[in-house]
Amino acid sequence: MLSHIPQAAQDADANIKLAKEIIGNCVHCGVCLSRCPTYAVKHEENDSPRGRIFLIKGMYEKGGAPDDRTVEHLDRCLTCLACEAICPSGVEYSKLIAHGREYVEQHYRRPLFQRIVRESLIRLLPNAGLFRKAIALGRLARPARGLFSGTLRAMMDMVPAKPLPAPSPVDRPQTFTVKPGTTRRKRVALLNGCVQTALDTAINEATIRLLQRHGVEVVVARGSGCCGAPAEHMGAEDKALPLVKANIDAWLREADGPEGLDAVIINTSGCGTSVKAYGHAMRLDPQWADKAARVSAMARDISEFMTEIGLMPATQPAGLRVVYHSACSMQHGQRIINQPKDLLRSAGFTVLDVPEGYLCCGSAGTYNLLQPDIAGQLKERKVRNIRSVNAQVAASGNIGCMTQLAGEVGIPFVHTVELLDWATGGPEPAALAATPLVAG
Amino acid sequence: MQMPEPSQAIMNQREALAVALRQIVGQEWVISDEAERRPYQCDGITAYMAMPLLVVLPGSAAEVQQILRFCHERGVKVVPRGSGTSLSGGALPLEDGILLVTSRLCNVLEVDAPNRVARVQPGVPNIKISEAVQHLGLCYMPDPSSQLISTIGGNVAENAGGVHCLKYGVTANHILGLEAVLMTGEIIRLGGAYLGAAEGEMDLMGVLTGSEGLLAMVTEIAVRLEPVPEVARVISMSFPSVEEACACVGAIVGAGIIPAGLEFMDRKVLDAVSVLIRETFDSNTAALLLCELDGTAVEVDALVDVVSDVARNQGAIETKVSTTEEERQRIWSSRKLAFSAIGKLCPDYYCTDGTIPRNKLPEVLNKMADMSVKYGLDYANCFHAGDGNLHPIIMYDAAKPGDLEKAEAFGADVLIACVDAGGVLSGEHGVGVEKRDLMTHQFTDIDLNQQQMVKCAFDPAELLNPGKVFPTACRCAEFGRMHVRNGAIRFPDIPRF
Repeated sequence: MLSHIPQAAQDADANIKLAKEIIGNCVHCGVCLSRCPTYAVKHEENDSPRGRIFLIKGMYEKGGAPDDRTVEHLDRCLTCLACEAICPSGVEYSKLIAHGREYVEQHYRRPLFQRIVRESLIRLLPNAGLFRKAIALGRLARPARGLFSGTLRAMMDMVPAKPLPAPSPVDRPQTFTVKPGTTRRKRVALLNGCVQTALDTAINEATIRLLQRHGVEVVVARGSGCCGAPAEHMGAEDKALPLVKANIDAWLREADGPEGLDAVIINTSGCGTSVKAYGHAMRLDPQWADKAARVSAMARDISEFMTEIGLMPATQPAGLRVVYHSACSMQHGQRIINQPKDLLRSAGFTVLDVPEGYLCCGSAGTYNLLQPDIAGQLKERKVRNIRSVNAQVAASGNIGCMTQLAGEVGIPFVHTVELLDWATGGPEPAALAATPLVAG
Repeated sequence: MQMPEPSQAIMNQREALAVALRQIVGQEWVISDEAERRPYQCDGITAYMAMPLLVVLPGSAAEVQQILRFCHERGVKVVPRGSGTSLSGGALPLEDGILLVTSRLCNVLEVDAPNRVARVQPGVPNIKISEAVQHLGLCYMPDPSSQLISTIGGNVAENAGGVHCLKYGVTANHILGLEAVLMTGEIIRLGGAYLGAAEGEMDLMGVLTGSEGLLAMVTEIAVRLEPVPEVARVISMSFPSVEEACACVGAIVGAGIIPAGLEFMDRKVLDAVSVLIRETFDSNTAALLLCELDGTAVEVDALVDVVSDVARNQGAIETKVSTTEEERQRIWSSRKLAFSAIGKLCPDYYCTDGTIPRNKLPEVLNKMADMSVKYGLDYANCFHAGDGNLHPIIMYDAAKPGDLEKAEAFGADVLIACVDAGGVLSGEHGVGVEKRDLMTHQFTDIDLNQQQMVKCAFDPAELLNPGKVFPTACRCAEFGRMHVRNGAIRFPDIPRF
């Protein structure tokens, strides 16, 4: 599609020049609309990928501060990337929307309330300590949540009813060697995540046990932490970059050390998408471009890695009916579709797909807090679809979706690795042990 | 592209019209902000853009009725739009007209399995009908390549075809009943919800289907459902030359076989899709035919053997038969994604839609090669070979001055060649604005006058989608005068019944 973005703007900003090229690849065929969650809810071109491409085109053509309506529609995008995954013309929507959001944050002054909310989330999420304190505060305020609406209400609703688990010892920087008597096949670094270490410590514990059992040494590298995605999703590139650089430094220190590193393992697909894009994010910085590209090349979702090294035979006769919810960052962002399901099958589970599986559950990082209305509608639809297949347990590879859906689906909701760990000799996942399973 | 001169007087009333229309559909569903109207400037053809006066998204047939009645009273033009995938500019907005979008009317209202009928709203994407009835072993047969998102209402407006229309027929053959709103707000119901329901009526459903939004706004459709064929297999046949592939098309049909689909893709298309479907094609392949055969297992196995023999006799390099449903889907995905994949090869493309008798394929394809040299523009070919429906994809760069005009002239030459070979301007995309000015090449003035009189009978004020299909205004007022002149009907001496 032809755009008329002024040459001067393209010369001044490499991301605007890139945007022009990406817009040029769109032939306006409309296929993306069929997969877009906001279009499914709103039925409106402005809330579709094709519409947002038009809005971004208009924003750059006009220059200066974008108008309120344009910002509203760009904000409503979940960045689920279902559109990019199905686009036959190869339009790199993810880059277009990411740089478009950076432009918005640089040129648009948001209302005070929005500024406070966004700034708080950007500070809170990457810092597990702060996040824990905020949750504790939220628990105090929970009884009064009926007085609030919109984003504040959504935040209070997100606060878990149960107290958070204590910080897990596995999330401190350290090395987990393979069990005595087993040979070391691989050595990997684990991104233990930010929110995940506070909300659900069992995921990292299961991941480490599973890897160790398969002869993989696991390092939690000193200095690694939040991948930077929360800030990046809100267009705050300046806030994301220090986190990105800290991770690159931490992992390359391991990779270039005497023991070396075979992969960076990520068990939260939202973070995986982000780490795999480090190479693109840093491409214009000569000091960091190569290092970032190296890290991106080493990044693997745990399901990819386990597929590569092969899952050992299951020792636990599980046989449960598992409905697998594929996170958008997994199926669209990283195009990992069959590996988690194949692993679960080879571990003895019966795997069921979610109808309309391509649709986002509405979690989408901080989206459920910033756009509670649309997120709520998508959540309801996802819950209905998950319930419709009549499974005994639900599994996913992304903490965000698990938090969004766990209380609603009527069956235990666990991480894929918890099931794989259990099947190959680990403990039964707590969520399963706590709930009587529906009949098989 | 010359469109009717917009009325400044109407354009000046935009805000007032928006206020009134919001009373009908609600605040949120009238879009008047300039930034938000921009994404509605075009449909599947980006070469033609116009800013709609307002965009209105009704939530019910009753709202459609009120909107049309209101626009009729105010003399405001109306352009219907589904998902905006038209490849003829059928939903190109008018600056002094509202864009009436059906995307919120997206419910499957009723599935009547024993009678194999579904009642649906016009904004339902084509594929959603089949998805809604797949648990019953049924489907909706017409399958335009855009079926993931193109709406059934748009399919009716354009009388859409698709791969399977060779054996199963086009949209018109699968519509049993229509509810539509005339520009005056009057609701009409045609046909019914069972085969033969329209018996004894004039075939007005046939008139509305393919009328490109010029006659009425369809608000409900009763479609035929068909059993999903027990077995379907696709044969992929590669040929060293375009001529041999074309000859094979004739030979297959000549052997008495009506395949479920028979598609042609040339080398450029194969290269574009090979990345998407992760498959490479033999370097000697100049053209590929995809032939789908469906029915019972015994029938399909026998047909596969016959077609494979025919292909070998016609010089095929290789024939591959799908063995699993997954493989069949993958082979078809190459065809379904072909057009968008071309988007990777060039900044812009222009695809047209002439249809010719099958035996003229080599002749017209050769002419196309000459035209490509003449205009200095590259092109690719991917089309429904079985029914001679050509879709040349002309590649150009809209940023280069003069390129679009060259592409348009190239496309026009192709269509003229199609008509001259005994064919027609449009197989399935419709005339819209894209082929509008070539209508005089296919039809005489008398033909066009007769067609325009039909338009005038439905929409004498000429407010519904004007500027499309006909190269001139309809002059309905004049037609009217022909009937009643000086208070007397024409031919008063002929006895009346």
